[in-house]
Amino acid sequence: MTVQLPFVQVLLPLLGAPLCALLRSRVAAWLLFLLAALGSLGCAVLLAQRVATAGTQRYSVGGWTAPVGIEFVIDDFNTPVLLLVSLIAAVVAVFSHRSLAAEVAAKRVPLVYACLCLVLAGMLGIAVTGDAFNAFVFLEIMSLASYALIAMGRRRRALLAAFRYLVVGSVGAVFVLIGIGLAYAVTGTLNMADLAQRLGGLHGNRALYAAVVFVLVGLAVKMAVFPLHAWLPDAYAQAPSAVGVLLSATATKVAIYALLRFAFTVFGATLVFGVMPVGRIGALLAVLAMLIGSAVACFQTDLKYLLAWSSIAQIGYIVAGISLATTAGVSAAYLHVINHAVTKAALFAAAGLLVLRLGSARLDDLAGFGRRMPWTFAAVVVAGLGLVGVPPTAGFVSKWALATALLERGQWPVLAAMLVSSLLALVYVGRIVEVGWFREPSLVTVMNRPPVSMVAAIWFLVLLSVYFGLDATLPSSLADAAAAALLRNGG
Amino acid sequence: MSGLLATWTSPDQATALPVIVALPLLAGGAVLLLRRHPNLREAASLVGGIALAVAVLGLWPAAGRDLRFELWSWLPGLSFEFALEPLGLLFATLAAVLWPVTTVFSIGYLRGNRETDQTRFYFFVALTIAAAMWIALSANLITLFVGYEIMTLATWPLVVHKGDPDAERGGRTYLVLLLATSVGLLLPAIAWTWLLAGSTDFRPGGLLTGHAGTTVLVVLFTLYLFGIGKAALMPVHRWLPAAMVAPTPVSALLHAVAVVKAGVFTVLKVAVYVFGLDTLDVSGAARPMMWVAAVTLLTAGVIAVRSDNLKRRLAYSTVSQLAYIVLAATLARDVAIAGGALHMVAHAIAKITLFMCAGAIYVTARKTRVGELDGLGRTMPWTFGAFLVASVSIIGLPPVGGMWSKWLLLMGAAEADQLVMMLVLLVGSMLALAYLMPIPVRAFFRPPPVAPLHGEASPALVGPPVLTAIGCAALFLVAEAVITPLSGIPELSGIVELP
Repeated sequence: MTVQLPFVQVLLPLLGAPLCALLRSRVAAWLLFLLAALGSLGCAVLLAQRVATAGTQRYSVGGWTAPVGIEFVIDDFNTPVLLLVSLIAAVVAVFSHRSLAAEVAAKRVPLVYACLCLVLAGMLGIAVTGDAFNAFVFLEIMSLASYALIAMGRRRRALLAAFRYLVVGSVGAVFVLIGIGLAYAVTGTLNMADLAQRLGGLHGNRALYAAVVFVLVGLAVKMAVFPLHAWLPDAYAQAPSAVGVLLSATATKVAIYALLRFAFTVFGATLVFGVMPVGRIGALLAVLAMLIGSAVACFQTDLKYLLAWSSIAQIGYIVAGISLATTAGVSAAYLHVINHAVTKAALFAAAGLLVLRLGSARLDDLAGFGRRMPWTFAAVVVAGLGLVGVPPTAGFVSKWALATALLERGQWPVLAAMLVSSLLALVYVGRIVEVGWFREPSLVTVMNRPPVSMVAAIWFLVLLSVYFGLDATLPSSLADAAAAALLRNGG
Repeated sequence: MSGLLATWTSPDQATALPVIVALPLLAGGAVLLLRRHPNLREAASLVGGIALAVAVLGLWPAAGRDLRFELWSWLPGLSFEFALEPLGLLFATLAAVLWPVTTVFSIGYLRGNRETDQTRFYFFVALTIAAAMWIALSANLITLFVGYEIMTLATWPLVVHKGDPDAERGGRTYLVLLLATSVGLLLPAIAWTWLLAGSTDFRPGGLLTGHAGTTVLVVLFTLYLFGIGKAALMPVHRWLPAAMVAPTPVSALLHAVAVVKAGVFTVLKVAVYVFGLDTLDVSGAARPMMWVAAVTLLTAGVIAVRSDNLKRRLAYSTVSQLAYIVLAATLARDVAIAGGALHMVAHAIAKITLFMCAGAIYVTARKTRVGELDGLGRTMPWTFGAFLVASVSIIGLPPVGGMWSKWLLLMGAAEADQLVMMLVLLVGSMLALAYLMPIPVRAFFRPPPVAPLHGEASPALVGPPVLTAIGCAALFLVAEAVITPLSGIPELSGIVELP
């Protein structure tokens, strides 16, 4: 049984999807998603333990050995992603029950859960697979399901948001497919390890360069790297709150993982960062993302849009770490993937609770919410401080790791941009705090008791972010191991 | 419990250190639990304060020993760790002893003013004191930085306590300036130090000694001194006058003692343990910042003279007096550092007295401007008597404690051959004379415009400042004992005795 773990990991949510759609019961669908998420979390924990003790785990799907068949590879570089994605999914499952009931028509809720299961399966699949084409397939499973999920938003604008994401996302997916196709044309294999081996002797090949560019640009669309970010704010803000939590915390992060995987283990750091100027371009885009994302966030009038623009800036931090192509840089990027996922999930979840209780996440409608909901306010403040990067939150740990990694390479301009971006984060978080604390509460708000499940989910994430800020040994050892594994393979 | 006491001051894991940080937190928790019973709530705050003062004073006999306590490791190679060293002991004692005194005053002030949200007030004061203890006992820069930021965040709700648009504006300046300097300058400085030296520990003789060239040292020192926004060097001093929107007990305890002293304490620590006095002296890395401190000292003094609002005048006086301590650090002489450390104590006691007097005047007479104080000394003799003693201490005249710190600072400047700085120190004292003395003089010698309808402030309001004024006078006699532990720092072993 334990040999099948890598497959079970993906299979559980994949099986959950049709069951959810068939059962047509809200509670049953919710339970199925919860079980699928908890099951994958269990698998992820077991796999992480096995990798820690026994090293890399390889699993041939259907018994067809690589390079002919599809191979799942579990190593230090993907266990953090598995843990993160399945943990966030489990929290979202707890959170979603009441949130979806309030935001989505009852008959559609089972379909939402079916799509959530598919998104989860797609993300876990991207993380475990060792096959380039299979990665594309899972990427599309995740993307198609998320287009559908965004369209379920309660406002008509959600349809437009989903359509825009669909168009842009599909272009990105096609780019990835073209890139993988070119790599296949050059090497004749789709297995990642095999690709890496055969590409070693092919430096100077134009088709290979084109393959690298297509794959990286395609994944950059999915990552929402500036200037390919335009789909993100609408998509995250218009989706139902629970969906927004899951997507904001994990969808871009999985794309980042895929990019790291392709850049370091398939194409190799020497090709991508040595021969091609990806590092310099990445640093430039990271600077622009950090500055513009944070600056635009300062002018948003809706909490969810503000958080979404903040995500664009935070992705800039991650890209800055990756573009260094050093162990410290990749480790800092990985660490920020974990820390930002937890922090941003907490904030989107809090926004979801505010939507439930105040009917809107517009800053004008949030006036004085700090006095009426001191606990939700406290959660927003603590998680918001994580975006600024103030101790004792997780954001501080990533900022420290990234700052030292940048200093190590003497990247002063990028460091300066990161610090300016942090200060802009102070401005936009400060706006939320001032609206919540100083404005007179409007009288029309309907108050009801907050659902325990949602409050518990929010505070679990907030406390987790504080824990990661105070004792960063767990996430940082995971990130260090992941970075070391990635760079070792890229040799 | 017995295990806790058995290792109380044992050298490797001295449990006294984390207990001292935890005590105010416990008091804060008790405040929250007792929110429905105001009398018990204030009692919890007071008991916590007295317990903390006793615990910290109890560490004085162990001052010469190397007490450490490692909390946990934060990242590989970096851990949260406490250590007792003389400067930290001074700062911890200061905050711990003055907390219960201010609590008594706060009770009188908040009740006299019928302030709302008193539970929140006492809770965040306790949290700030915990942060002060954390900072004082930090064994490395990372630990210190965490406490420093928590202190900024914990004081914000106190600054905006009133919740009106003025408070919002003041709070915004406060938070943005303090966080912008710490995240934007101090954090990169610490990260850079870590990369250069491979550690962030405070090391006698200087962590950076031998790890950096002169240019790097100059840049780093500048980053540190502007990054430590709490030390209020111009032009990052603006948060301090902005923080005056807070209730007066907050200005007294936090913006005369805990927060600003955390700033100058960090400056002294960085100068002594990160750069090392010899390195600073030989490289001249502190030279540019010396001028910044001198300009701040004089400019703030001039602004204070020209301010009519009493709290604003006291705030700029604080900016000016803090610059004395920063100047001491930049002189990089053992005598100057001792003077700076003593000034940290002397100024804290004197300035808290002045703020408490200002609060007593506000609650009793509803007066906030210097021009309105004519003749008040006759109806409030104790308040203005305390004000006078503290003013003399800040100016630096005998027979009060402030004289010794100015004396040591002058000696330090003379030893460093900085004649201009000697002049700056003297002019600064003249300015202090000009901005402080008119207040008691007006109160005692000018006739009141109308017959006052009130008498002396209530005992809870006038008792604490009288007590701290006596402290100012007592410091004149015990100043030498206060700085004696400093000779435990190797570079300060030769500090001269006071005459």
